Amino acid sequence: MEDMLFYDRMQFAFTITFHYLFPQLTMGLSLIIVYFKWKFLRTKIDTYNDASKFWMKIFALNFAMGVVTGIPMEFQFGTNWAKFSELTGGIIGQTLAMEGMFSFFLESSFLGLFLFGEKLLGHKLHFITGFLVFLGSWASGYLIIATHSWMQHPVGYEILENGKFVLNNFSALFSNPWLLPSYLHNQAGSLITASFVVAAIGSFYILNNKHSEFGKLFVKTGVIFGLIASILIVFPTGDLVAKNVAKYQPVTFAAMEGIFETEDGGAEIVLIGQPNTLEKKLDNKIAVPNILSFLTYQKWDAEIKGLNEFDESRYPTNIPGLYYAYHIMVGLGTIFLALLTIAIIQLIRKKLYKTKWILWSLLFMLPFPYIANTTGWYTAELGRQPWLVYNLLRTADGASPTVSAGNTLFTLLGFIGLYLLLGLLFLILAGKIINKGPEIIKH
Amino acid sequence: MELFWYIVLVTMLTIYVILDGYDFGAGIIHLFFAKKEKDKKAITNAIGPFWDANEVWLIAVGGVLFFAFPTLYASSFSGFYLPLIIILWLLIFRAIGLELRGQIHNKLWETVWDKAFGIASLLLALFFGIALGNIVRGVNLGNVVNGVSAYEPHFFFLPLWNSTFSPQAQELGIIDWFTLLLGIIGVVSLSIHGANWIIFKTNSDLNVTLKKVIFKLNFVLLTLVIVSILVWHIIEPKPFHNFIEKPWLWIFPLLTFIGLFGLFRVKTFKKDGYGFLFSSMFLLGGLSTTVASIFPKVLPSTNTVNPSLTLYNTAADNYGLTIGVYWYLIAAALVTVYMIIQYRVFKGKMDDIGYGDH
Ligand code: HDD
Ligand code: HEM
Ligand code: HEM
Repeated sequence: MEDMLFYDRMQFAFTITFHYLFPQLTMGLSLIIVYFKWKFLRTKIDTYNDASKFWMKIFALNFAMGVVTGIPMEFQFGTNWAKFSELTGGIIGQTLAMEGMFSFFLESSFLGLFLFGEKLLGHKLHFITGFLVFLGSWASGYLIIATHSWMQHPVGYEILENGKFVLNNFSALFSNPWLLPSYLHNQAGSLITASFVVAAIGSFYILNNKHSEFGKLFVKTGVIFGLIASILIVFPTGDLVAKNVAKYQPVTFAAMEGIFETEDGGAEIVLIGQPNTLEKKLDNKIAVPNILSFLTYQKWDAEIKGLNEFDESRYPTNIPGLYYAYHIMVGLGTIFLALLTIAIIQLIRKKLYKTKWILWSLLFMLPFPYIANTTGWYTAELGRQPWLVYNLLRTADGASPTVSAGNTLFTLLGFIGLYLLLGLLFLILAGKIINKGPEIIKH
Repeated sequence: MELFWYIVLVTMLTIYVILDGYDFGAGIIHLFFAKKEKDKKAITNAIGPFWDANEVWLIAVGGVLFFAFPTLYASSFSGFYLPLIIILWLLIFRAIGLELRGQIHNKLWETVWDKAFGIASLLLALFFGIALGNIVRGVNLGNVVNGVSAYEPHFFFLPLWNSTFSPQAQELGIIDWFTLLLGIIGVVSLSIHGANWIIFKTNSDLNVTLKKVIFKLNFVLLTLVIVSILVWHIIEPKPFHNFIEKPWLWIFPLLTFIGLFGLFRVKTFKKDGYGFLFSSMFLLGGLSTTVASIFPKVLPSTNTVNPSLTLYNTAADNYGLTIGVYWYLIAAALVTVYMIIQYRVFKGKMDDIGYGDH
């Protein structure tokens, strides 16, 4: 039984982590592509149109990966989490079915038109199809996060004697206080990924002395979008999601921040330290007093409950993992903000394209937004454990009762093999497109 | 309300089979008949801009099933665990075969992805037929042995096959000779369907050959359909029970046979789209005949201890189902608009679309 659950969890964690590598770029990049196309319509400068065409190639490849890894996600609720599906399907099925009907159809119908229809449609209509693809992908993110928010903070439901959750208030699903902050935070995160990808490729061209006109455009666009998104991710959205956790999941909040003891006169914010769950303390800690109280409640001496105040049975299952995931995300967020601020200052002083070390840093930053987004999701998911639906349904009670460990391990290994292949192919092909660079197409 | 969602679900499933069915069929044709580069191009051009949107119907079917019939979704998806995951893998191979082939111009690379696309399409058609067979045959709900359920009455688990391949064995497998028969019907009918689509959407040189192929395959299909109707009696004693009670249901088998016989005239059709129309009719008729024959069951039980799953005992709560109608109608209207736009922009022959060129 334990094994069964373990492999179910590993499979879900692996497949969703891999899936989310692609949609985060899809969502952010669609915005940037639409921006390039819009700039072209306004200015009629061909560089913008060529830029949008170049990024559409990467986008198409990335989108295909998102689609093929997304379909297993939709099926896995039923295959591996049958009990969970049976009990909550009437509720989370709503938002998931809406995602399919409203966003995936929109995206996929217009993606074909966007990729192959420029000649048939003319530039204005082509811009509109691009905009609709963007809309579809952002709507998809919204409905997924609505689903996820319900699991973190269930609302609008009733539980029958047989344990089934039934919906009794549809609009509550969308006015869930967890939803909007999470959504905006997540979208800012995906815009950060896209910005860094665009800026990194731009830096690559400048440093290589190839396609440098495009290189400059990419770097400039990337750092501007990136800075805006990095500000938004910290404030107000990061602040709001953290406040939600503090309010609705106080144990999780204590574990995330690494607070073992409740302190009189306000809680400190931990910058560095290793949680020691055996002795219930933080080793080698570096912290700044009172900041956490202020950030959370705008009062220097507000009380923040430490883990010691809660019963151990309510602790998140993996406290060190949760703590590190959270600190990696926040740490990276701070680094992004710092680097992009310097880049923008250099841009204003018209020295950015010559400041080699910034270009190199932008290039090497490429994987880090992916890491930040992934650790962000791990913060959310590990923070929720041991619950599938917070405080109501345990993960152990949600798995499929009839699928044995042997079968799950078989499919998990299959997914690992297949996805390694997919990842490799993606890197090879993306590398090829990038190396070829944006061609200048005669009009 | 349950009935409304049942009809929605069956309709969506049929649309999925008709739409993605031509993609699978085109894949099978690609595997066996496309020898020259030009033929391959014609086939991928004919399905290129559509396959992704077609596949969304599958996701949407999954979503609506999850939301309207959560118990059925949970029970069947966990019970048919292995074949479903294998279907997912095949879908991945088919998609990357199509999308990645044109990215690198190298003989080996192209061969690998051509084969991946073709074989995955073939196996998908087979598996979907087998899936239908499993639903008709029913499963041992609760995994009852000697009158005792091993699981909750609505859960079960089936291995891929048992040693006898018999649909009447105590321990059922997903693949037995009956479900395999339906699987082969799936392959043959979708090949015909895909060939019709290629004829409809291209001016390829292949079209003449394809018409001959369709004509021959149609005989095979007719034979298989008759055999399956005969053996059906062994599996489920009263397949036509519903048809006797509600004679209007005969319209579905009728459609099946119009579709089937219409296709014998494939060589003389005036318009290239007719063939596609007839094979769609066959699929529509065949699928609805099958679900109508087990109605209101959605997954029959093969034991006497646990009741079959029906659309009534697996549906979600009434409030959710009612409110779902509102957003569903809006969404369905939008989807219709998208489809009209999509098929208008890509109307007519698509030989010049240049799908997959990079
Ligand atoms: C580039 C990515 C990125 C960056 C730099 C940050 N985040 Fe984040 N964070 C995410 C990407 C992300 C995410 C992947 O988008 C998550 C996962 C779930 C969600 O809605 O957003 C998330 C979740 C998440 C959660 C958990 C919410 C929950 O339990 O559901 C908290 C408390 C924060 N974030 C707070 C912050 C703060 C205070 C940041 C300050 C720098 C920050 N994040 C930077
Ligand atoms: C892309 C972002 C996501 C990532 C990276 C992610 C990550 C994870 C991880 C790591 C786990 C395993 C946790 C554990 O077992 O310790 C998990 C579990 C799970 N998540 Fe998420 N998740 C994401 C989004 C979602 C969404 C949007 C939903 C719901 C619609 C969801 C539903 C679940 C479910 C059902 C489980 C299985 C039960 C469990 O082990 O907790 N996840 N996820
Ligand atoms: C367990 C949760 C998830 C499920 C069931 C799921 C399901 C899917 C499916 C079926 C697709 C393919 C759609 C198509 O064919 O067009 C897809 C793609 C996509 N998903 Fe996910 N997904 C999950 C997690 C997420 C998360 C957390 C996000 C973002 C916040 C997300 C955003 C997207 C987007 C934007 C796409 C379309 C773009 C692309 O394919 O790259 N998904 N997802």
